[in-house]
Amino acid sequence: MSSEKIIPHSEAAAKFNKDVERVNWHDETLWFVREKRDRSAHQIPDWELIRETASKIKNNVLSNIHDYLVQFEENALKNGVIVHWAADGKEHNEIVHSILEKHKVTQMVKSKSMLTEECHLNDYLAEKGIEVIDSDLGEYIVQLRKEPPSHIVLPAIHLKKEDVSETFHEHLGTEKGNFNPQYLTESARHSLRNTFLTRKAALTGVNFAIAETGEFVVCTNEGNADMGAHLADVHIASMGFEKLIPQRKHLGVFLRLLARSATGQPITTFSSHFKKPRDGKEIHIVIVDNGRSTQLGRPEFRNSLKCIRCGACMNTCPVYRRSGGHSYHNAVAGPIGSILAPNLDMSKNADLPFASTLCGSCTNVCPVKIDIHDQLYKWRQVLVKEGHTPTAKTAAMKTMATVLANPTVFNIAGKSGRFVMKNIPSLVNNKMNKWYDQREMPAVPEESFREWYKKNSRASKAKDNEQ
Amino acid sequence: MKIGLFIPCYVDQFYPKVAIATYELLQKLGCEVEFPMGQTCCGQPMANSGYAHLTKGCDANFIANFTGFDYIVCPSGSCVLHVKDHLHDEKQEEKAAAIRNTVYELTEFITDILKIDHIDGNFPFKVGMHQSCHGQRGLHLSQMTELNAPFFSKPQQLLQNIKGLDLVSLSRKDECCGFGGTFCVTEEAVSVKMGKDRIKDHESHDVDFITGGDMSCLMHLEGILKRQNSRIKTIHIAEILNSLEN
Repeated sequence: MSSEKIIPHSEAAAKFNKDVERVNWHDETLWFVREKRDRSAHQIPDWELIRETASKIKNNVLSNIHDYLVQFEENALKNGVIVHWAADGKEHNEIVHSILEKHKVTQMVKSKSMLTEECHLNDYLAEKGIEVIDSDLGEYIVQLRKEPPSHIVLPAIHLKKEDVSETFHEHLGTEKGNFNPQYLTESARHSLRNTFLTRKAALTGVNFAIAETGEFVVCTNEGNADMGAHLADVHIASMGFEKLIPQRKHLGVFLRLLARSATGQPITTFSSHFKKPRDGKEIHIVIVDNGRSTQLGRPEFRNSLKCIRCGACMNTCPVYRRSGGHSYHNAVAGPIGSILAPNLDMSKNADLPFASTLCGSCTNVCPVKIDIHDQLYKWRQVLVKEGHTPTAKTAAMKTMATVLANPTVFNIAGKSGRFVMKNIPSLVNNKMNKWYDQREMPAVPEESFREWYKKNSRASKAKDNEQ
Repeated sequence: MKIGLFIPCYVDQFYPKVAIATYELLQKLGCEVEFPMGQTCCGQPMANSGYAHLTKGCDANFIANFTGFDYIVCPSGSCVLHVKDHLHDEKQEEKAAAIRNTVYELTEFITDILKIDHIDGNFPFKVGMHQSCHGQRGLHLSQMTELNAPFFSKPQQLLQNIKGLDLVSLSRKDECCGFGGTFCVTEEAVSVKMGKDRIKDHESHDVDFITGGDMSCLMHLEGILKRQNSRIKTIHIAEILNSLEN
């Protein structure tokens, strides 16, 4: 996957916009989720206080991450859990593989874990001859289609039921043209049931890891994480190190926020606590860094690590809704993805912080109050300084800076600019001008305000009268 | 009260009538208004493109032009937000801070500093209000739908007493129009789609005019409306508030 040529966000988004009806549908579907979130959040009188509390707890975690990680490991070990540390995605994948190899497992069931997407675990294990079945319905659909998820909570949100029907017909042998969602879900359920029953190993993500107790919590609506973990002999839980919270009592704050922010539900159907393995079974936790400590070391961007992966910023983002998750070419798409991705690879993801109007909606739906749009602005500054912008743009900006810093030059440029627009419209209304593709240029006035002001302001009129 | 009139560069060049309306309105409301002739641009287009380090010249020029006023008033939430958040000058930081603390967007200046909530005017049309993002979420000119907090809107409050004005309630109260500075050309497809969707919301409420506090958003919407040969027009809120002759 990493060898594939990256299509810049703007280009991928332009392609996505060729199918207007689909864009409308995508936008409306996600807006519906955003509105559901609003209704649900606005029913909680203390909503803003809970957000503030969650933000402070996470700030505390980030400031004391070392101590909490040590405490978590200690307690997890006491519970009989095996703890692994992975510096990066590669090490994470190797650890998972070594556990599977030890147990001679060649097939694994996996519930939703954006971290394993980030580490490209499926591809890695496939190369080693291990088959992974994603058990979250949305992930199952995109996996059958050999696509990455387009959304962290709603992985197949870019697809309509007709697309799902086609995919299931091809891979599961469902009736062609049967778009009935219940029928399709039932078919996936039957197919997955067999997977659950025959897999000896299950991998889940981690929503919250509690330092005080060494337990971790996995939130799903489908119960697929539980089904996988309970039926398997080996349960591997992969977590980014920022998933920690200090104490069990803090969990309530986050559980109240997570599902309301994500889908507008009061809480996920299942919020399962995993603490110790049953007799004869194993639980492994793989704690992953993969760039997180680098991000923690960037003062302006560290609080992006507060993220609890609810996806609210994606649902509200007017750009995400109209460009689709795949246009972000990163495991985590949307506004949060755009501030996380440059940390992983600046040159590959230099386009993402620019895929925003800086409207600020993301920051204000974020349940842990990450200043997402401010970080997008700050990433732009970093990316320019580090040389990740086209030279033509830099040259244009330098010219602009010179003109705008000098009032005399600005006045001449303004006059000539208006002169050009008024007299030679074809010069500016051409193919080079992206504004003009679907928009008219502003009409050109006879005079600028400052020209008018010179003639008409009270001060200048008074002066005229004196003379 | 001595007011420095801060007119966004593109308004000066392309929408002088908006600047004139702002100038006249502030005078009507009893302010002494001066337009410093050396002003150019606040530097936002460069800063938002990642070139904040190139705005030092703009910042120095802004400070040279706007030092010494009681207040600085501007008919744009976006430009005001940029100055408030980003105007700095190592050599004269005190002056920069004074400006950051006294710069106001037009409608908030009227409601919060002049304490006027009633402006007479006449505008017998059906109007949709496009609340621009920087004014709303940056300057808190009105409450945003994301928060669980009571509704308020400084611009709407001012429009309430304009005779004949029928303000519609949009389906998506505060969705971005997609202008976004250089975003409007670098992400042209999404920008235009956002603009079209914003217009559709206004259209479905049968408006005659789309108004707002930022001419940049309105310029983008106007460009699309004109291409569509729409009957809907755009008008800056200053022009509506200044609709009565003296």
